[in-house]
Amino acid sequence: MTQSQFTRQELLRRGLAGSALLTVPGLLAACGSGGSKAAVTTTGGKQQMAKTLHFSNWTLYIDVNNKTKAHPSLQEFQQKYGTHVDYVEDINDNASYFGKIQGALSRGQSIDRDIVVLTDNDRYLSLMIKKGWAEKLDKAAIPNIKNLVPVQRHPTFDPNREYSLPWQSGMTGIAYNDKLTTPVLSVTDLLENPKLKGKITCLNSMGDALTLVMLANGDDPSKVTDKSFNAAFTRIKKAVDSKQIRQFTGNDYAPSLAKGDLAAAMSWSGDIAQIGNSHIHWNVPKDGGALWTDNMIIPKGGNVYTASVYMNYVYDPAVMGLMEAGDPKKNITGIYYIPPVIGAKEAALKLNPSVANNQLIFPSAKTLSQVHLFDSNALNNQKYLTQWQNLISA
Amino acid sequence: MKWFHRHRGLMPYVLLAPGLAWLAVFFIVPLGFLAYQSLQSGNIDFGYAFTWAWGNYGTAFTDYRSEFVRSIEYAGIATLLALALSYPVAYWIAFRGGRWKNLLLLMIVAPFFVTYLIRTLAWETILSDNGLVVRTLQHLHLVSPGGHVLATGTAVVAGITYNFLPFMALPLYVSLEQIDHRLIEAAEDLYASSWKAFLRVTVPLSLPGVVAGTLLTFIPAAGDFINAQLLGAPQNHMIGNVIQSKFLELTDYPAAAAMSFILMGAIIIAVAAYARAVGTEQLSGTAV
Repeated sequence: MTQSQFTRQELLRRGLAGSALLTVPGLLAACGSGGSKAAVTTTGGKQQMAKTLHFSNWTLYIDVNNKTKAHPSLQEFQQKYGTHVDYVEDINDNASYFGKIQGALSRGQSIDRDIVVLTDNDRYLSLMIKKGWAEKLDKAAIPNIKNLVPVQRHPTFDPNREYSLPWQSGMTGIAYNDKLTTPVLSVTDLLENPKLKGKITCLNSMGDALTLVMLANGDDPSKVTDKSFNAAFTRIKKAVDSKQIRQFTGNDYAPSLAKGDLAAAMSWSGDIAQIGNSHIHWNVPKDGGALWTDNMIIPKGGNVYTASVYMNYVYDPAVMGLMEAGDPKKNITGIYYIPPVIGAKEAALKLNPSVANNQLIFPSAKTLSQVHLFDSNALNNQKYLTQWQNLISA
Repeated sequence: MKWFHRHRGLMPYVLLAPGLAWLAVFFIVPLGFLAYQSLQSGNIDFGYAFTWAWGNYGTAFTDYRSEFVRSIEYAGIATLLALALSYPVAYWIAFRGGRWKNLLLLMIVAPFFVTYLIRTLAWETILSDNGLVVRTLQHLHLVSPGGHVLATGTAVVAGITYNFLPFMALPLYVSLEQIDHRLIEAAEDLYASSWKAFLRVTVPLSLPGVVAGTLLTFIPAAGDFINAQLLGAPQNHMIGNVIQSKFLELTDYPAAAAMSFILMGAIIIAVAAYARAVGTEQLSGTAV
């Protein structure tokens, strides 16, 4: 008995010593800032296309052939340039994707992606550029940049479009289910109509939610002040405390809206087009909605030339037209958000006129005048962010 | 082979080495790193520096006290519910299951072949506003007309209870299954009623299962955030939700790390108090 007890103690002691040995280099590796694996950089001299382009995007965000599940625009790219596109739909929201890649990037390691897509009304896109984690575009390889719509040419986070190019834009507004409620056309109705108590959701993205509420308050969301922030924040908090707001969501409001658990929801235009439920309607709120843009960037270590050639390819109006509108004759579904390319509408019109004439996809100048951008400085204001996160998660 | 004969004393260490290495690399090292991080200050824009920032713990606790309390409360209620629900089931299977025992156990485990997330999402459908459950509750006037169960604390506790039920039921079953039936017969021979025999013989002998089950349920439940996120309103969020948002949304790693340590500490204290109350021998199951 004593023998075995002694052994057990001894064992524990030696075991601890052993684990301590393991711990030291482990800790060093975990805390180490000096990247042991150098980031891959592009080769100078003659530009060559890589064999594979690694592209991370959001779900349901590219043209797809409903039968084969292939992406026609990517197949065509491969035929034209011989580069296979490894297309991965692994971005669900900006924050968690950033959380996933920031460790490697901060150690100077490559994340094995050549293009990733992040949204301008969240802080991470500008953070990537500010921290030097995005490669400069090879503009010589992107002559089609001339097709970029003028409003997108000088965003505050990248004034000369040196690091980023828009993938798609979208609008934030209100969706409602006409079986459960009369039309919900304003933020005031959404947040304060007692008939909707516990039957609505608010978006968890600060830029989207605050833009809508600030417009309803008569404030300018593109120039946020402490006063306008507090006014909007208090109004949303009131709706939380009164249990008017049932939850804060990403795009998971969509199934609840279709099921009837929600009567109305703050929501994104393209999602509603995709639900395709005739009882669910989407509108820009009376006082205005939000406009946001998802942008392609090349994370540090990505292949700049190959990525730039791909960007040039999608900025060809004919290519973008097909990606956007799909082709019903060939059973291809399009993206159904708002393309940033001049001439895409004309190309889309030939393939799928009903999509080309859809206000949510090719909005008229009048619709576009009703949607607003959110102040990019406010997105990086730590005080605002903390207050907002505490509201939605606590 | 000869070498092993000569160094027979080394054998246990050789066998233990993989397990210890595993623990060291995947538990002790990350824990050390987390502790180091919890004492840093700074932010993602300008970087973090180690400054012995004990204040992280203070603010974490004062700012999020209600979420800490709620986590312990929800996890506690869910654990008690799981115990109340699974004890009769485990008892019945162990004593009356007969040749169906294995099939019945499989039925308890069957839903868990489906992933956690899908099971939780299923509760969204089960408790949906126009669903059968809520409408029945409305007819019984347990839920006000037009009221809902989703987005309430009830839904969160129900989700947690369901998701951790097998962790309670299986250890209970194992300890009940091992009970020597002759002990109960002996109690009855000594004029104990079957109720008294249950209380004085079966329950004490099943305590190791109860203890193991409560710990396996309570500990992960206290740190859970999926149920609160999908089934709760913002008012029902638990500390897991705050930690998740601090880590991923705010990239405030020091605060998140400090909160993780506070939660860990709270759980260790709760478990220690519990172990003291029921006796440590129940933890190791030496009473059987």
